[in-house]
Amino acid sequence: MWSLLLIYGLINSAIILLQTIGFGLTFSISGIANFSYGALYILSGIITWLFLNYGFSLAISIVISILITSLGGFFIYWLVIYRIKGMPLSEVIITFSLGVAIIEFLRWKGFVTYEFNVSPILKGSIFIGNVPVDLQRVIIFFSAFLLLVALYLFSHYTKIGLALRGLSQNEQTALCFGINTELLSSVSVMLGAGICALSANLILPLGIISMDSGYDVLLVAIAVTVVGGLGSSTGLLLASLIFGYIQTATTIFLSSKWMMVIYLFSIIAVLMIKPSGILGRFKEIEERI
Amino acid sequence: MNTLNTLNTVNIAKRKERIDRAIKARCNDIYTLLSLKEISYVIAPKLCLILFIFIFPLLKAILGYYWERVFYITCLIAILAISWELLSYVGLVSLGQAFVFGTGAYISGIFNINFHIPVPFSILLASGFGALICTLILFPASKIKGIYFAMITLCIPMFFSKVIEATEIFGGTSGISGISPIGNYYVEMYFPALVLIGAFFCLRRLMSTDFGLLIIGIKDNEFSLMSSGINIYKIKFFVIFLSSALGCFSGACMCHYYQFVGISAFSLDYSIIPLACSILGGIDGFSGSLIGAFVVCPLSEMLRGFGTLRIVIYSVLLIMFILLVPEGIFSYISRKYHQIERWKEI
Repeated sequence: MWSLLLIYGLINSAIILLQTIGFGLTFSISGIANFSYGALYILSGIITWLFLNYGFSLAISIVISILITSLGGFFIYWLVIYRIKGMPLSEVIITFSLGVAIIEFLRWKGFVTYEFNVSPILKGSIFIGNVPVDLQRVIIFFSAFLLLVALYLFSHYTKIGLALRGLSQNEQTALCFGINTELLSSVSVMLGAGICALSANLILPLGIISMDSGYDVLLVAIAVTVVGGLGSSTGLLLASLIFGYIQTATTIFLSSKWMMVIYLFSIIAVLMIKPSGILGRFKEIEERI
Repeated sequence: MNTLNTLNTVNIAKRKERIDRAIKARCNDIYTLLSLKEISYVIAPKLCLILFIFIFPLLKAILGYYWERVFYITCLIAILAISWELLSYVGLVSLGQAFVFGTGAYISGIFNINFHIPVPFSILLASGFGALICTLILFPASKIKGIYFAMITLCIPMFFSKVIEATEIFGGTSGISGISPIGNYYVEMYFPALVLIGAFFCLRRLMSTDFGLLIIGIKDNEFSLMSSGINIYKIKFFVIFLSSALGCFSGACMCHYYQFVGISAFSLDYSIIPLACSILGGIDGFSGSLIGAFVVCPLSEMLRGFGTLRIVIYSVLLIMFILLVPEGIFSYISRKYHQIERWKEI
């Protein structure tokens, strides 16, 4: 029982981290809350499924789906968000309705039955101690780890990454140093969408592609970003660990329908008590009187 | 001729000039109304609205039951949109009006089924109690501004629907059915219509009083109000209570109309539709929400045949309006009513 909790808690944390990191990245870099995130998640799964059905191999389908979704993020920025930037609520309303439009459109097109699933990269399972873990979950765990390392290296040692960090710290100053902030904001949305697509392709094989999971993913992303603290990557990691273990514990000891209740409760409670999150230091004065 | 035209556009630039109509300038102050024409210029828009709302339910024989039903739902959504608008007046932009709506619906249903309270009273009681509950939950969140408040309000209705689903209180997923209807056709139609008109005109009047100025001031700059020694939380409490009462009333009426209340009352639809109404109509005034509701709801009923594509069309409309017509329908109409436009050479 306890080893089950330990191992699956860790894996669930990795899943949550993967689901969240794209949203958190975009939000912390450019301050854009991309509420169409859940829709992009579902969309990339559907794209992979479509290409698999056209007879492409899994690897190619995944790459194509990531590319298309990133491009989608890029265009969402320039066609929609760019025109209303600086009005956070309009951004939220517009990206949210975009997300709803995408998800409901897919639902209307009939992508709702159990046949819509993405096949896992590796089938089969291994035993860790006496707990059976399927290989897809192992892959998810290691790719979450690799993604973190890659993002660290990207943001600390490449020119674009450093510019992105500059943008996240202060937009005006970044502009003074000759950083094209508009372009980089669009890059941040694109990066978020790309990571979202990657996580979708890794995580969706665990179940079927259901449209409601689009809303759930958005909710998880918001929950973790908010609880962890906006703009804090350590907080993101910590919050995913907390939520991963809470999720596993509720599934083992209670029932899975309590999971969403706990998510929602924690978002509401944290936002009401400490809107900047566990580890967030920024914006404390701005958001509260 | 062609060359002349090109010359015109190239050399002599033109711009559109908007000037207030003479009658508007004369009617700006109510004491200078001299003729019947001027009086009717001032009254006509309001009279049109009132007459429309009063006469429409009488046309049942001509229009049929279907459009009366659409009218009823439109009135309720308009009330919900007005309650959203009122909340946004103190700078609280809610993405979860469904919470208020669902609370009203559930409380009215429970009062009616469990306590056997007859219908009109259960609606009124639900408005009061529901408003109290909603205020107790929303008020702590009112210290948080902007996007954070939007996130909280997005989560609250979802939270309650999941709690009801998980604990299976209030009938769980199957909801409460067998709620008694209002019964009398005219009472059923005029009750929300009168509340709508009353709320609309009273709130407009409220906004032009000193207290209304304080409410508008909160949206513009809270800090300056606080430094003037005004307790803004008192005002916020009052506004949240009023707005919740309206929203709960709308939900309560809806639950008696369908004779059923379930977790669908907390669904996303009731959060998005008032938002769509207000944005389509224009977000700076109650008139915008009202007109928006009378555009969106009939449209949505006409689109009912499309199934879930309806929500897609809504959302796309919402995006288009935010991007292309951010001022909304109402500003457009009132501009046409009050101003003349002409091209002017510069």
